[in-house]
Amino acid sequence: MGSTITEKILAVHCRREEVVPGELINAEIDVIMCHDVTTTPAIDMLAAKGLSKVAYPERVVVMPDHFVPNKDIKSAEMVAKIRRWAKEQKIEKFYDLGRHGVCHALLPEQGHVRPGTTIICGDSHTSTHGALGAFSTGVGSTDLAAALATGELWFKVPESILFCINGKLQKGVYAKDVILHIIGQIGVDGALYKAMEFSGEVVDEMSVEARMTLCNMAIEAGGKSGVINPDQKTIDYVKARTDEPFKIYHSDPDAKYSQIIDIDVSKLEPIVAFPHLPSNEKSVSEVGNIPVDQAYLGSCTNGRIEDLRVAAEILKGKQVASGTRMIVIPATTDIWKQANKEGLLDIFMAAGATVSSPTCGACLGGHMGILAAGERCVSSTNRNFVGRMGSPKSEVYLASPATVAASAIEGKITDPRKYL
Amino acid sequence: MKGKAHTYPRAHINTDEIIPARYLNMDQEKDLAKHAMEDIDPDFISNTKVGDFIISGEDFGCGSSREHAVWALRGAGIRAVIADTFARIFYRNCINNGFIAIECKGISEKVQTGDDLEIDIDGGIVKNLTKREAYIFQPIPKFAQEIIGAGGLLDYIVKKAKQ
Repeated sequence: MGSTITEKILAVHCRREEVVPGELINAEIDVIMCHDVTTTPAIDMLAAKGLSKVAYPERVVVMPDHFVPNKDIKSAEMVAKIRRWAKEQKIEKFYDLGRHGVCHALLPEQGHVRPGTTIICGDSHTSTHGALGAFSTGVGSTDLAAALATGELWFKVPESILFCINGKLQKGVYAKDVILHIIGQIGVDGALYKAMEFSGEVVDEMSVEARMTLCNMAIEAGGKSGVINPDQKTIDYVKARTDEPFKIYHSDPDAKYSQIIDIDVSKLEPIVAFPHLPSNEKSVSEVGNIPVDQAYLGSCTNGRIEDLRVAAEILKGKQVASGTRMIVIPATTDIWKQANKEGLLDIFMAAGATVSSPTCGACLGGHMGILAAGERCVSSTNRNFVGRMGSPKSEVYLASPATVAASAIEGKITDPRKYL
Repeated sequence: MKGKAHTYPRAHINTDEIIPARYLNMDQEKDLAKHAMEDIDPDFISNTKVGDFIISGEDFGCGSSREHAVWALRGAGIRAVIADTFARIFYRNCINNGFIAIECKGISEKVQTGDDLEIDIDGGIVKNLTKREAYIFQPIPKFAQEIIGAGGLLDYIVKKAKQ
């Protein structure tokens, strides 16, 4: 019996020939990513247990992102603590303000994600990095602490679901629409505890960035990870960013899946997920009249350069509707610079949008665009739970960057295809 | 272990609801506890006593990986969460904190807020003393019980290192 890419990576990392779903293993962790919110408690609990020494500082990458630039005194204290800790532990990979960015956009961009590796972070969207053929999963602060102290972490080997995504995407339909549709079909716990393996001609055609959007939202279906078998695009992306060696794993043709789901996306329209679950999908043509107070473009899901390009193409020469405000947050410093170089930031500003420094920001109701009671936001982010972006009486509609941009122009949720 | 039930029968109660992100600039249980569940039940804290249980539907604790959700509930006095099913990271976080999470399919339809419950962890039974019913659950996996027994993952690691 063959193995999936997930099983192969986990087997190697617990020094075994093979592992099967359901087994409990201790796996070696290659990359431990630390951000501001979940790392501070990990630092404190390690100190309290006398485990302060980080076992492998060279495997740790630190990037405060949630509340940066510091939004208040408490957040400032958190980042100050992480800064002191990183220095003390001789952690050199530290992305402080000026090189900063949303961790899941920054980690692969800076060459820290390699195929075949294991990655954890105290953040649920860590599933993103499976787009490059890694095993990457989100954990809590205690898990993070354990990995920092020992370089290992316990896992139950997950079953995998294979998604075969075939057909051809229409113009104006993107990876975001595909993943919102998948979540809509299987539900927010449709892949509970499982690895979501994405394959098929549509995935083959997708850019590496678009694949990250797919894997990013695996957690919104309850998945432990998202993963895509590496191809030449993956290799080119990684080699352009790091000289570190890596090993490629692929799922065997006779690998065992708990489920195989075939999806033809040829007729898929742009998708909008209505409040208050990412699975509440509607095709944009069925949306009706939904006026929006805010259009938000950014996050680890859709704040990369390709996302900004798509939105800028739609907004070029247009104006954000009166009564609607638009916020653009390039996900990393390098994306910000690139967007500036390409004139995208000028397009956004000329359209009446505002552009901020990279941060997770309002995606999680942190800062930089919080919603008031009764307000509605169309957002390129990943969650539309009650109160996610601010007041528990506000509403979030999830969509692609194109739909966000078109909606900003009309002041209501709008099909982007008419602007392309 | 005995206590009163606080039932939220809905599925997909997420960690943004258990502890909203606006409080993530804090990480002490006593501070987080003041805001536990406040967006879905503003009276949660005033109605909760030390040793009480939360009963909920499927996929409890989905969403953000914030362990603050476990800390907020424990800080509020909650002794255990019993749900139809749990989201993965929340479940891990419970085990890693030595906090009891029990998966018991169908419980959300059977237990009402205010019911007196008694949990027999080893026997795998939740007794509803108010309704005179009993519900059987799959015992907590042995590996998880060892971590919970040690007081949490870090204590477990310290203990193993000493052996």
